[in-house]
Amino acid sequence: MPDLDPSPDAEFEPWNEARGEAIIAARAGEEGATLPILHDLQAVFGFVPREAVPMVAHALNLSRAEVHGVVTFYHEYRHHAPGRHVLRLCRAEACQSLGCEALTDHVRARLNIGWHETTPDHAMTLEPVFCLGLCAIGPAALLDGQPLGRLTPARLEAELEKLS
Amino acid sequence: MTRVFVPRDAAALALGADDVARALATHANVVRTGSRGLFWLEPMIEVETPSGRVAYGPVAAADIPGLLAAGLLTGAAHPSRLGRPEDLPFLTRQTRLTFDRCGVVDPLSLEDYRAHGGLTGLERARAIGPAATIETVTKSGLRGRGGAGFPAGIKWKTAADTISDRKFIVCNADEGDSGTYADRMLMEGDPFCLIEGLAIAGFAVGARKGYVYTRSEYPHAIATFDAALKVARASGVLGPDFDIEQRVGAGAYICGEETSLLESLEGRRGQVRAKPPLPAHKGLFGQPTVINNVITLASVPVILRDGAEAYQALGFGRSRGTMPIQLAGNVKYAGLFEAGFGLTLGEIVNDIGGGSLSGRPVRAVQVGGPLGAYFPPALFDTPFDYEAFTVKGGLIGHGGVVVFDDTVDLAHQARFAMEFCAAESCGKCTPCRIGSVRGMETMDKILSGIAVDKNIELIRDLCHTMRFGSLCALGGFIPFPVMSALEHFSEDFHRARLAPAA
Repeated sequence: MPDLDPSPDAEFEPWNEARGEAIIAARAGEEGATLPILHDLQAVFGFVPREAVPMVAHALNLSRAEVHGVVTFYHEYRHHAPGRHVLRLCRAEACQSLGCEALTDHVRARLNIGWHETTPDHAMTLEPVFCLGLCAIGPAALLDGQPLGRLTPARLEAELEKLS
Repeated sequence: MTRVFVPRDAAALALGADDVARALATHANVVRTGSRGLFWLEPMIEVETPSGRVAYGPVAAADIPGLLAAGLLTGAAHPSRLGRPEDLPFLTRQTRLTFDRCGVVDPLSLEDYRAHGGLTGLERARAIGPAATIETVTKSGLRGRGGAGFPAGIKWKTAADTISDRKFIVCNADEGDSGTYADRMLMEGDPFCLIEGLAIAGFAVGARKGYVYTRSEYPHAIATFDAALKVARASGVLGPDFDIEQRVGAGAYICGEETSLLESLEGRRGQVRAKPPLPAHKGLFGQPTVINNVITLASVPVILRDGAEAYQALGFGRSRGTMPIQLAGNVKYAGLFEAGFGLTLGEIVNDIGGGSLSGRPVRAVQVGGPLGAYFPPALFDTPFDYEAFTVKGGLIGHGGVVVFDDTVDLAHQARFAMEFCAAESCGKCTPCRIGSVRGMETMDKILSGIAVDKNIELIRDLCHTMRFGSLCALGGFIPFPVMSALEHFSEDFHRARLAPAA
């Protein structure tokens, strides 16, 4: 199963063709293997490297356009490596009813980045998410895969402080 | 050592349940469970005493030394002592069938599962045979809990009657609606129940493989369900006759639509397929496929165990059995409330939910996720039932109820609905792909006070086109939140704006 969120200070591997080939080959025999392979590539490299797209296409007997289409269709697949930490803030209605918009404005101002961006020191990537299933304890977020609930600007500040 | 039950549900973890478990580790035998679904009391821990379990909550790790000193391990008095969990009013008012074990058992203990009635539904199915199993599901009146409400038994019979040497059961665990968390709770708290439901479905229609498509936003559910699959394989519950593979989505809301989900499982962009052919005739990899939501499949074991009549006796109108209602957002008692259909929306929000968390008046309730209508308190007499909500211009969807207080701006929410549709549209049909973008732009004009009446007319016209011209429920139902906001809260659309919206 892919590691969907990097653990704190995860070190991703730099792109390596032989490593990519091995990841692809491990699941190429499965039916409908495109998404599982892309997940595995992202888990190792932090994103889906451009170089891997024709390799996946070749292994699965698909066109490069088809694989490129899949990579770009799904919000989850990244085109660049993320920062050392990833904050995924919920923007959906249940969290809106508890003031998540003020929280997201605060976070974006504090980090001085927009959605899907990484701070210049590569410490933090900010990603929006539409529902984490934590709708009873919003506003909610995942910080390096750890769920957070009932967030206020102060509570989130405290969690971010713990990282540094 | 005394057993203390500490939830490992993601919502309990978000509130510090792991720290609580660590603080208790040297003092008690800590058993991790799912959540009972009373989230304002989480982390809620339970101590096993000779007279049953005693609950305490909400408990923080810092409270543990004081609790231990007060006699936590004997169930002694303390300000956070809640008494027997079964006696909590939020639970005594429920009819827990599908969620009977959730929060009670160790989710990865098959012994616990068996001890609480697990696997008797599968045994019953095997005893009566595939045809009688489908007949039981049909007679129970069970309808698809993902939102469409299609009778499960008819879907199963269609797949069973379609001749093919390969058939599939696909479980839709792409629970993307805001305000819903029942699938997540069940997969984290009672995963064997879903496995049993899938196994019964496989037996009934003659499928040897099941897929569970879980959204990537649920890392804890994914991990727990994968661990449960390993246990089930090791013990022979799953094997050569029927096995299950979990696949993980990649952040596309549209993949909760059944044909998009099938496309995604096959390795493609999650674009909607035209129907017919129905998935029951030609579904995954072109083979007959039953595709059901998590809660639909997880409701099957208890139906087989207790019989169709017992399940059918509960409910309202054509909505039979129980529904796990998920109270979410700005509501005092946010949690999972499983009950027979038919409670009114007002009972759900005010009596069970206790009104808003902020203490301000409740102004709007969105039922059924981002495609659901915003209902004002004037519609609180609407019974929770598929047909009754349709009549009022809404839907119950997957059972999420999101409460907003009087600070909500419904014109802003209508704009968000269009923005969400624009972001999540699969792009296959024009009304949804283009309409959502034009709808967002037109809402921006309304929010900026530009030709408001003319643009409202444009929104109405656009919603009509999207409603009747879209290929699936995303473009087809996004008019529900927009039009309900316009109909019931039109003052928000005419409010003089101080500054143009972003």
